[in-house]
Amino acid sequence: MPKKTIDIQPNLTHLAILNEHGEVDESLAPKLDGDTLVTMFRHMLATRRLDERMINMQRQGRIGTYGPSRGQEASQVGTAMALRPDDWTAQAFREMGMTLTRGWLMDLTLYFWGGYEEGNAVAEGHNDLPIAVPVASQNLHGVGIAWAMKIKKKDSVCITYVGDGGTSEGDFHEAMNFAGVYELPLIFIVQNNQFAISHPRRKQTKSRTLAQKALAYGFDGVQVDGNDVLAVYSATRDAVEKARKGGGPTLIECVTYRLSMHTTADDPTRYREDEEVKEWEKRDPLIRFAKYLRNKGVLDDASIEGIENDIKEEIAAAITRYENYEGLDPLDSFKYILADLPADLRAQQEEFITALRNEGQMSH
Amino acid sequence: MASVNMVKALNLALTELMREDENVTLLGEDIGLDGGVFRVTEGLLEEFGGDRVIDTPVAEAGIIGAAIGMSIYGLRPVCEMQFSGFAYQAFHQIEGHLSRYRARSRGRFSVPMVVRMPYGGGIRAIEHHSESREAIYAHTPGLQVVVPSTPRNARSLLRASMLSPDPVIFYEPKALYRAFREEVPDEPEVHPLGKAQVVREGSDITLIGYGAMVRVLQEAAEDLHDQDGVNAEVIDLISLAPMDTETLVNSVAKSGRAIVVHEGPRRCGIGAEVAARLAESALDHLEAPVRRITGFDVQFPYFARERAYMPNSDRVVHAARELLEY
Repeated sequence: MPKKTIDIQPNLTHLAILNEHGEVDESLAPKLDGDTLVTMFRHMLATRRLDERMINMQRQGRIGTYGPSRGQEASQVGTAMALRPDDWTAQAFREMGMTLTRGWLMDLTLYFWGGYEEGNAVAEGHNDLPIAVPVASQNLHGVGIAWAMKIKKKDSVCITYVGDGGTSEGDFHEAMNFAGVYELPLIFIVQNNQFAISHPRRKQTKSRTLAQKALAYGFDGVQVDGNDVLAVYSATRDAVEKARKGGGPTLIECVTYRLSMHTTADDPTRYREDEEVKEWEKRDPLIRFAKYLRNKGVLDDASIEGIENDIKEEIAAAITRYENYEGLDPLDSFKYILADLPADLRAQQEEFITALRNEGQMSH
Repeated sequence: MASVNMVKALNLALTELMREDENVTLLGEDIGLDGGVFRVTEGLLEEFGGDRVIDTPVAEAGIIGAAIGMSIYGLRPVCEMQFSGFAYQAFHQIEGHLSRYRARSRGRFSVPMVVRMPYGGGIRAIEHHSESREAIYAHTPGLQVVVPSTPRNARSLLRASMLSPDPVIFYEPKALYRAFREEVPDEPEVHPLGKAQVVREGSDITLIGYGAMVRVLQEAAEDLHDQDGVNAEVIDLISLAPMDTETLVNSVAKSGRAIVVHEGPRRCGIGAEVAARLAESALDHLEAPVRRITGFDVQFPYFARERAYMPNSDRVVHAARELLEY
């Protein structure tokens, strides 16, 4: 009956490979070929440019409220780059960089924030769940997918995303607990962007890090510089490899910063200082990665301009398709509610058709 | 033919489909080793193993949320909420996701899963173990809500629910779990979702209910027949969402009078929906107002007071006499 110390693993790793000056710790850097590095850069830049365009379009009334990703491109692209197509993702709503990396058309981003369910019509062959708005609720869907993978003896893995705010939700903790107990091939990516709308990270939890929450659930947590795409990629790749081999879940806290507003409906000057934002702008994930790639000789002015032009065209084409979309059919709400429309819903659909005809909203 | 109670009938339906489809997976608290607190899943862990009969941590949102992910990956989960009174801790997963995935993803992802939950009073249980809140689920678009009333339809309805391509809330009247036995056929049956059943034919008044209240209605119908010479028709709604308006209207077209009965509170309840449908579709046939004999809009009492609180056949008979004299 002695009083004794319980030996709980006290140490956490913080991983940073590429600093804000574009300098790399070669001993830690993942061995990626030039094409892969350029692909990574292209996805990050596409995320940045589409993000900028989305804010402009919101201001012009061409889409609805929009939740920007500016500053978080490395956390989103770096994690997605570590996945295979047969792996799955369960996202929240600020993961546009992930979806573009996973091959989603930009159109879906426009449709979603433009008020069309079509934005969540994930294409066949893309193993990604649609946007989930209630924070952390999607973590449990990631649990289920990873669990089914394990039951079916696949070597696939699932990544589920959450923000610093989401780590206060019960669903996050239930998901962490299930993943730990059943040793699921699930990777929790916590995009710690320092704010849940106005509520700062330090008031979200008394814990010193978000990564350490994994320790309480019996699995590994690691903290990375979330603005360093090489560190994000490297930590995710390690977690993915471990999960594929049956090593269970990992939580990766990507320490980043939401350089923009929570959504376009929000004014961040009410709750944070410009100086703080300016400090984080110096740590911009794109600037440092571009510097690194230039120094390495993988990119130069001409190739960056080429990528910029490609992205510009891709965005323009997506916007054209979005703004000329003719698929809007109010009756779709009945088409997708259940596989087989029951009699009482058929009657409501008839009532809806009659109303639309009377209002001149439907000709046929 | 075997004679079984409702617990055994539910167990039979689970066993049958688990043998037919290896994707059928059960999740719940104490459903494996313990066989479920009501023993509905007894013996299934032994037959199907721990990957298919999963004892989960105590976390209702975790159960429903994980099962949603499993469904999307190709499994067919059947979740047990230990009591419906604890399912609110998963309600955000049910309302926020279970009911929505097909619509949200434009049909790319569907969630063919069943959420079983025992509901209702009459078992002398502590708080949160006796309520009837089916209306909350029936009010939620994208959900199908069914309630069995006998061992035989429990089996056929659970089978239909497990075969449905969309989610089903399977509300189990726990007062009936071991209340009586019924012959069930050797081969599995399917009760189509969305269909009510006329369980007693009559033309003087229509008595409508579901779950444990069906027996109350049958008792009232017997009394009305024996004491008043009145022939009541009894309709077991079975499916609350979708609701079988046609069967209700056909009956009232014949009888001109209707009483709807449920344990759950009256305000915005299933009875209100039934009354509204009859007002919309059978007004010309009605010779008296539609009456609701229901739980009152107060908390379900602790069990010392539950017998007084719950709808009974005397109240139904009394209301029927009033309507017949209207």
